[in-house]
Amino acid sequence: MEHIHTLSIQNTYDADFIKRVEEASGQQVSKCYQCGNCSASCNYTYVYDYPVNQIMRLIQLGQREIVLKSRSIWLCASCQACTTRCPCNIEVSHVMESLRIMSREEKMVSLKDIQLFYDEFLRSVKTFGRVFETGLLPVFNMKAKRPFGDMDLAPLVLKKGKLHLLPSRIKGRKEVAGIFERLEAFHKKHEA
Amino acid sequence: MKRIAYYQGCSLEGLASEYDISTRAVCDALGIELIEIPDWNCCGSSPAHSADPLLSSALAGRNLAIAEAEGCDVVMTPCPGCLKSLKGALETCHDPQQCDAFREILGMPFEGRIRAISVLELLYKDVGVDALRAQVQKPYADQVIVPYYGCLLTRPPKFADFDDPENPVSMDRLLEAVGVTVPDFPYKTECCGATYGVTRNDIVGKLTGRILDMALRVGAEAVAVACPLCQQNLDLRQAQVNRHMNRTFDLPVVYITQVIGIALGIAPKELGLDKLFVNADFLLRSAREEEPQAKTIG
Repeated sequence: MEHIHTLSIQNTYDADFIKRVEEASGQQVSKCYQCGNCSASCNYTYVYDYPVNQIMRLIQLGQREIVLKSRSIWLCASCQACTTRCPCNIEVSHVMESLRIMSREEKMVSLKDIQLFYDEFLRSVKTFGRVFETGLLPVFNMKAKRPFGDMDLAPLVLKKGKLHLLPSRIKGRKEVAGIFERLEAFHKKHEA
Repeated sequence: MKRIAYYQGCSLEGLASEYDISTRAVCDALGIELIEIPDWNCCGSSPAHSADPLLSSALAGRNLAIAEAEGCDVVMTPCPGCLKSLKGALETCHDPQQCDAFREILGMPFEGRIRAISVLELLYKDVGVDALRAQVQKPYADQVIVPYYGCLLTRPPKFADFDDPENPVSMDRLLEAVGVTVPDFPYKTECCGATYGVTRNDIVGKLTGRILDMALRVGAEAVAVACPLCQQNLDLRQAQVNRHMNRTFDLPVVYITQVIGIALGIAPKELGLDKLFVNADFLLRSAREEEPQAKTIG
């Protein structure tokens, strides 16, 4: 951990936050009693700003902004080790996933590159119906301003004949795009 | 002959093409008929999960709906990430609170009576270890391979509903059945760094590095995997791992279907053995050559 985090929790308390997290995830975060099994199981704690057990506690303490702006929620790989070992049967990994979605909605995403990669991935799916690996990487590299990212892999992949220059466009790509459009319409309808 | 819907997923069309051809070849040799889902689409993978669970379910749902329309009641996918999405779609479909939204967004008829399994589950449960052993034509001589399961094949247990989440043994038993020596492997379910290969490959360097290191420590000549993303991190990115960790790993990372295929007498080329980045020709060895004896004087 690089920093010591000092919190004035009374100033940043959001009474509604735990309820919203519990509704979004379908998980009872309030049951967590800080045994620490999740953090002990987590391979990613060394890159987190808050270990996952602290994320759970911060939710209980209504610390919406700290949680939704944390790096931890975007560095969770959904490996499910925490969920498997939680003695309270909280699907911790599911909670982390719901937090990622909430941080998007509230425009609090800390690790923009990871969000960008996911967005470009989905754009590829919406356009072609399948993800186009060869096209996705250069577009992501350009937008993330890392032009030479993974360039060392290109000659290896080329040599093995695994570099496809054209996407495989499926016939039903309009059906797939339709899923994205109906989802958007669904959310608009329910917000109204 | 069993008739099973086959969902290969995007990875197996690209970087993991050898997983696709070896899965098809092994199923063919074992008399399992795979019906490729016509005009299948991407399941959305982690990006869809992190954007909206309904998006993930609907994208995966389209494939399930097509498979059902083809008259299949089981869909098999070699990719654990795809499997997660397919199972998620079925869960959403049967959840009374989400069912209507799911159907509205999916926009095509779907009953949700199909079952989704991995190729590992198909080989372990439907074919079975004993039946596989009976079909072996070229048992391995003395090859030592550790099985690496990764995250999603067995976790979370309620959802995966397959093998043991802490100490899975299905791949161990399948490898033993074809004559491979299988040491205990303490890191068989540790995460390899997952999707962070592109965005944070320092993380993959560290986590994958630990797995390769442990494989060497227990005396493995190779790691067997059943996930295209794990394989990509361990094999394609092995040179990056070496740079990050200042190591000189040169450890083959082979798909379980390739290991089994060789033992079933399928030609290496038909299993895509030449498509792996770290050379895995050791699989073809008939027996290890004797170490040259030190000459004794006198």
